Parts: sequence; C-alpha cells; structure tokens
Amino acid sequence: MGNIEQLYQDTILSHNRSPRNFRKLEQFSHTTIGRNPLCGDVYQLFARIEDEHITDIGFQGDGCAISKASSSIMSELVKGKTLTEAGKYKDDFLQLLLAAKEEQQESVLAKLPRKLQVFRGISEYPMRVKCATLIWRALEAILQGQGAEAETAVSTE
Amino acid sequence: MLNNEKISAKTTQQTVRQTIQWASEQRDQFPIFSRHPEWSYLDSAATAQKPRRVIDFLQEFWCERNAPLHRGVYRLSAQVTQDYEDVREKVARFIHAGCGNEIVFCRGTTDAINLVAHSFVAPRLKKGDNILISAMEHHANFLPWQQLCQKTGAELRIIPLRKGLVEGAFRQHLQVGLDLESAEALLDDRTQFMALNHVSNVLGVINPVTDLCQLAKTKNIPVLLDGAQAIVHGSVDVKALGCDFYVFSGHKLYGPDGVGVLYGRSELLETMPPYQTGGDMIEFVSTAETTFAPPPQRFEAGTMPVSAVIGLGVAIDYFQSLPEERLLRHENTLLQLATENLRSTKSLQKVQIIGDETDLTRKVGVLSFVIEGVHPHDIGSILDSANVAVRAGHHCAQPLMADLKLTATARASFAVYNNERDVQQFCEGIEKVITMMI
Ligand SMILES: Cc1ncc(COP(=O)(O)O)c(C=O)c1O
Repeated sequence: MGNIEQLYQDTILSHNRSPRNFRKLEQFSHTTIGRNPLCGDVYQLFARIEDEHITDIGFQGDGCAISKASSSIMSELVKGKTLTEAGKYKDDFLQLLLAAKEEQQESVLAKLPRKLQVFRGISEYPMRVKCATLIWRALEAILQGQGAEAETAVSTE
Repeated sequence: MLNNEKISAKTTQQTVRQTIQWASEQRDQFPIFSRHPEWSYLDSAATAQKPRRVIDFLQEFWCERNAPLHRGVYRLSAQVTQDYEDVREKVARFIHAGCGNEIVFCRGTTDAINLVAHSFVAPRLKKGDNILISAMEHHANFLPWQQLCQKTGAELRIIPLRKGLVEGAFRQHLQVGLDLESAEALLDDRTQFMALNHVSNVLGVINPVTDLCQLAKTKNIPVLLDGAQAIVHGSVDVKALGCDFYVFSGHKLYGPDGVGVLYGRSELLETMPPYQTGGDMIEFVSTAETTFAPPPQRFEAGTMPVSAVIGLGVAIDYFQSLPEERLLRHENTLLQLATENLRSTKSLQKVQIIGDETDLTRKVGVLSFVIEGVHPHDIGSILDSANVAVRAGHHCAQPLMADLKLTATARASFAVYNNERDVQQFCEGIEKVITMMI
C-alpha cells in the first residue's frame, strides 16, 4: 500500500483547487457526459474539433479531487493537439492505470508527461481508478466520433 | 419500540464509563477486531461484522449438519429442515409477527421488496392509481415502485422533506425529516400502497412510521416498512407499528449475508401469487397444471440459503442477548460524542452534519456529513489511510441527495462493537483530511 500523500500530490491538489478549462464552451462541436455510478459523480466534457484538431476544450461537473484534477490536466494536455495525439495520451494514460502488470505500467510511464505521471499511485487504490479515468472515457467517446449531435453518456462501470 | 425513549438525552461521565467497559466486552466477541485491532470500522450501516458465535456456528454447520432442506427422508435432512423452520418461528417472535407462516425467507431486503412489488402491488395497480413513498428511500425501496408505476401508468408520489437547522459552535447543521402534513394530503382513494423506510440509511433519523401506518389504515392502504436499518437498533414490533409488510436483511443484523426476511400479514400473503416458480414451492405439478404451496413456501422457490437462514437464527440470539437499553445507550453515546466533536471542535469547523437533530435520541448511530471544499470520496480515501472505514457516496439514495443538493456524503455508523477510541480515531482522521485538502 502506498501512502496517501502519494495519491494526493501537490499537482493533484492544486488542479483540484483551481481546475483549468473548467467551463462550458460557448461553441463546441462535441459533448459527452461521464458518470461514475459508484459515487454519482458526473462531468460534462465539451470539445471544439476543427480540422482534426481539438481547438478548444472545457468541462463542468462535480466530483472528487482525483477526477477533477484528472479532468483539468487532461484538458490542458489535449488542447490544441490533433485527435491522434490526444488518442495517444488517452491510451498511454489508461494503460498506466489499468495495466495488469507492473512492467506494463513502467514501460508506459516514461512516455507520459510529468503531469500524468502523478496519477501512477492510484492503481493501488482500485476503487479510485475510475475517478481518474472518468473524463478520459468521455474523451474516448468523443475521439470515437460520439457526441456530435445528441449528448452521449459514458460510464466507468 | 424503536424510539430510543429508553435512553436519556444527556450523556454523563458515568454512562460513558459504563458503556466503555461494556463495549470492550462486546468487541471481544468479534474476531475481525482481534485480527485488525488498528481498524475503526464505522460502516456497519452497510454491513455489520459478525460475532464469533455466528462464525463458529457456520463452520460447525458445514462440518456437522449440512443436508438438503425438505427433501431428504433421512435424519440429517429432517434435522436441518426442523432447524430452518425453527428460525422461522424465532423470527416471528423476534418481530412480534402472528406466527411463522407470516415469515418468508428471501435473499435480502431488496429481494423482499421486489417480491411484494411483483406479487402484491403489481396485480392491484392500474393506470391512474398511485403509490406513496418518501424522499429519503434507499434505491431498494424506490426503484421497484418507480418501475412498476412506469409500467402501469400509475403515479409515484413522494412525501417531501422538511429541512431545518441545528446550531453548532461554528456553523449550522442540516436537520432533515419527513413532512407529515404533506403526507396526509398525498393520500387519496387511488392510493394503492405506501412504502417507507423505518430508519434512513443516510440520515439515521427514525421516521414516525407508526403515525403514518395509522394514517394509511384509516384509508385502507397497505403499508410496507423497510426495516433494513431499523432492525439492528432496538426491538421491532410489527403489530404495534401497524404495518402490513416489514422487510430486513440478515447481514446488517450481525448475521450472514444472502438472507433476508419478509414479514407479511397472513391474509395478504395468502392472496399473493408466487414471485418465482420452481422447486420446493408447489403442492402438485402435472403437465396440465400446478397448484402452489401455501405461504410461506409458495415464495421460497429453489434451494434456499439454508446455512444463512439458520445462521440468522444464531445472530438473532446474539442480538437478543444484548440488553436493549444498554445497547441503545452505548450506540447513542458514541453518536453524541462524534456529533459533539463535529459541532464544536475548532479544527473541524468546516464539517457540516447532514441529518442532525437537536435531540439525538431521535436518531440511531448513523452520522452523515460533508466538508466544505472536499469531496466525500476524498474524505473516504484519507480516512482509509487513517484506518477508519466510512462510507462515501450517494448511499443508494440519489433522489435524497438531489433533494439536498448534494452528490454525496460521508457516513460513519456505530454498532455494538465500536468504542470511544473509534470516535477519536475518526475525528483525528477528519483533521487529517482537512489539513491535507484545504
Ligand atoms: C434502508 C435500506 N433499505 C434497503 C437496503 C438494501 O438491503 P440489501 O442490500 O441487503 O438488500 C439497505 C442496505 O443498504 C438499506 O439501508
């Protein structure tokens, strides 16, 4: 068991206190909703996708420090990136949290930006992994082309 | 009766000392605490730990007495059948039912409520009718009614909450009860059923169910009481409560999981068709037709959780061996200590109690709270790191959460084995949460 301070690192606490891109976009092309049925947390993700690029991104909702920081950091990272680049972050991040073996985690860790590396300790708290992946699942849905017209809800269960 | 009138509202030094001694003896009965002395287990409202008696019994049962129910002509089977039926009688005495035939064994509270929804209410419910529940139901006593109403075009009516404030040293805490006046107005001659929680799993408040049952009776409306939380906090008398159905689960009553109880008045059970069909619930089956067994067997299709039922009997014996007044005083003392700490400790001033009461004898040992600026899930994880087990989330009561404009709360609950040290560890844990997160 890692200690709790490793889970609640400064980066996470600071993004929790002042989340970036924490707003509804005035103009968006895609929106999806991420729900964690375990705790009732709900986030709505908005993205403006133009010419294969995420030109703007924002999110709204209420959830724990882990899910809010994860959303905030995700939004910072993918803003301005191509869909392929965003997809790569998403795949690597999910592998970091969900890989069955420690080697698989280690192999992906170095590829991730520091801001995402801080979530590494969460895999030791299985009940909290879903908090960290929630917004990424909502992003995944958008990258798959969902949420272009009607709102699409994804769930971490 | 479950009204905590038996205990005085004020905690004196002497009562604290007495309960400490008594509690340490009780705690010794629960092997999990000798394996994990570091834990403050404050999640008994979700599931209670098991006393040695129940654990030993189950092991002994499988070593010594396991056999199929009802089916064997040999002695081992006859004995198990006898033991199983004895528990039925025991449960009937425990909740003051008329006789064992009014007791149906189920998988748990959820299963029992679904049984009543399917076999009693569904056949009676028509478009334009209504069912009355409250705004503080567990999903187990909400979804079966919501779904049934949606299917039939009936209306689901909800007794609203009445909210108030309780003064603390630094802030006001939220008091939440049922708005009884509205309840009366919501009942009419199309009301087919009323289903209410006896004690709220989120707030811990003891609802005035006797009054509500009486009110329903004046209009001939059958009532189900969800006793999942109430059953473990004092004696329950279904006749005095005046309900038609009463349901609870074994696992919250220091007993095994996988078993629950449905009490139903005989006249009503007799009118009800089976919930599930299959083995063990028939009188006679042919390819042309089947006649079903009378209640309660009619509702016990398939192989029942025999060890859990008989284990529940042992848990009831354990529970009844606890002097009621002392048990209630003990749990209430812990509730008061924790509540007082949250209300008046300076370092805890960001804590708000949800479901506070000026007179704490009006609730059981369940304490929900939120901390300004900290999500309950984070509270739960940090308390976990301080070896304090609490529940964090919506507690399967999302309609209540929405009404209170919350997504979640953290909840500590107290049982016979908890002690003053648990409360202290809990309060220190909350200080840690506040220091880390704010
Ligand atoms: C008030 C209430 N009703 C119903 C239930 C459901 O009980 P079970 O899960 O044992 O069926 C619970 C348990 O969480 C409860 O607290």
